[in-house]
Amino acid sequence: MLDFYATVARAGVQEQFQYRAANYLYMIGMVVEPVIYLVVWSTVAAANGGELRGFTAGDFAAYYIVWTLVRNMNIVFTPFGWEHRIREGRLSGMLLRPVHPIHYDLAYFAGWKVVAITLWIPIAVVLSLVFRPTLSPTLPQVLAFLLAIWGAYVIRTMLLFVLGMVTLWTTRVTALFELYFTAELLLSGRLVPLELMPAWAERVADVLPFRWTFGFPIEALVADLSNAELVAGLGMQVLWSVIGWGLAMWIWRRGIRRYAAVGN
Amino acid sequence: MADVVVDDLERVFRVPVREAGLGAAVRSLYRREHREVRAVEGLSFRIEPGEVVGFLGPNGAGKTTTLKMLSGLLHPSAGSARVLGHEPWRREREFLSRMTLVMGNRNQLQWDLPVVDSFEMNRAIFRIPRAHFEAARDELVDLLEIGDLVTKPVRNLSLGERMKAEIVGALLHRPQVMFLDEPTIGLDVTMQKRIRTFLGEYNRRSGASVMLTSHYMADVLALCERVIVIHHGRILYDGALSGLADRVAASKTITVRLADAHAALDGYGRVLARDGGRVTIEVPRTDASRVAARLLNEHEVSDLTIEDPPLEDVIERVFSDGDAAAASAAVRSGSPGSAG
Repeated sequence: MLDFYATVARAGVQEQFQYRAANYLYMIGMVVEPVIYLVVWSTVAAANGGELRGFTAGDFAAYYIVWTLVRNMNIVFTPFGWEHRIREGRLSGMLLRPVHPIHYDLAYFAGWKVVAITLWIPIAVVLSLVFRPTLSPTLPQVLAFLLAIWGAYVIRTMLLFVLGMVTLWTTRVTALFELYFTAELLLSGRLVPLELMPAWAERVADVLPFRWTFGFPIEALVADLSNAELVAGLGMQVLWSVIGWGLAMWIWRRGIRRYAAVGN
Repeated sequence: MADVVVDDLERVFRVPVREAGLGAAVRSLYRREHREVRAVEGLSFRIEPGEVVGFLGPNGAGKTTTLKMLSGLLHPSAGSARVLGHEPWRREREFLSRMTLVMGNRNQLQWDLPVVDSFEMNRAIFRIPRAHFEAARDELVDLLEIGDLVTKPVRNLSLGERMKAEIVGALLHRPQVMFLDEPTIGLDVTMQKRIRTFLGEYNRRSGASVMLTSHYMADVLALCERVIVIHHGRILYDGALSGLADRVAASKTITVRLADAHAALDGYGRVLARDGGRVTIEVPRTDASRVAARLLNEHEVSDLTIEDPPLEDVIERVFSDGDAAAASAAVRSGSPGSAG
């Protein structure tokens, strides 16, 4: 299986490096979102006497620059892609292989991360020079962060695989996907650090998976988390990975019976 | 033990229906109607190891649906099937590693990668030992003469080149059972011939069993000794290719070369063509020997052949029959039953 993962990931790297310009434009587009959040929250902090509930402008800068890397790690095969996969019959080719498609998705997009991180580094340098982040992580935080970004990737792959499989029941489910992404935006730490949300929202976020795909990896590096909190956070990621895997396999077994193999 | 065993296989699709127009579209918002389409009905057959079987039928007959069930893409609605001892739709690793499905209009290679890298990915996916992979790749590349193409990205290949690369990719793991769905569709005559020669050679070398659908009768004639003919999801004929004409075609053609280019030929049969002394006559199948003997007795003949009508005509006759049940009865009567 390691050979499979390495080979498919390598193919992902090869394919994505062929589209360097497209990837760069994609990433630049992606940077616009956190820069808007960063400017807004920095302005609010400045108007509030230099900080907002403990967040200084430098803290916001650190949060949203790390955000850009975590966002890249969050890119997985989207549920929208499932529509194409099913309507065009692309899933048929995957079903003929003696490897579950989820392994292919995990391996391929892991390869893409290599390209994304390579292209991200100069962008992060420019953002750091412009916004001056306050960032002084400890070694355990750095190690936890390196694990957490991959944990986030695994969880989000599982969840979006589950969501995408709804397409096996009904072909057009864009509205459902949008509902999911709105909830994720609010309760993951993507729009705003969860610490700035009302207490009840933070409690809700704790029991949902979104936080562990976005907020936690960022906090692991930029917030003042104890070692115990880091381990607990990684534990939650393991838990959600297992839940996501179980859910994905359970729905797959039911959904695939409905696959009509159209499009070829 | 047979490689493929199919018993009463059935697949029903539930498809939404609505009338044309805005009113019908609005009504379908709150009341959706469906109808059942029986794509495959009660198919039963076996394929023995090494057999090459042509699976023939008009568009919509159920050929591709059957192949999709046998390769594990579709679950059947009823009946059973076992391929290499496995229930296909369970898609066990052991099963998927020993079979392949090639669809002529479907690209399974990596679009943006050079062909060799796609092959490499298949090596990892099918867990083919490196030495076996390299031997198989080199042999197949050589057989299909695509050595100069393998470094090109798949997206830059022509349809024919891509099809050859697809076939190599699909055979790297040396499958024991091959399902080929229109493998030569859209290709020029030369490329069709090369691919069918290759498939015949692969079958001889590997002993793999093959189930092939094609609308090109040349594919069937070159590769298949046995054919299964289906129409509206049901088997109309299962037996030797040579026996199909016996069952279906009511006539034979006699082509004769006469010394007298103006000889009277009334009473022999329907003259289809006359070019000087060369005459083609259609006669009732049961009268063919008697008419041939008469021609030899009554004329100076330098050459004479008796042939079945072209396979295309035979197949067309089966499918164009307005009453499918009658066609079914026609081909089933005295069915050779070689498929058991």
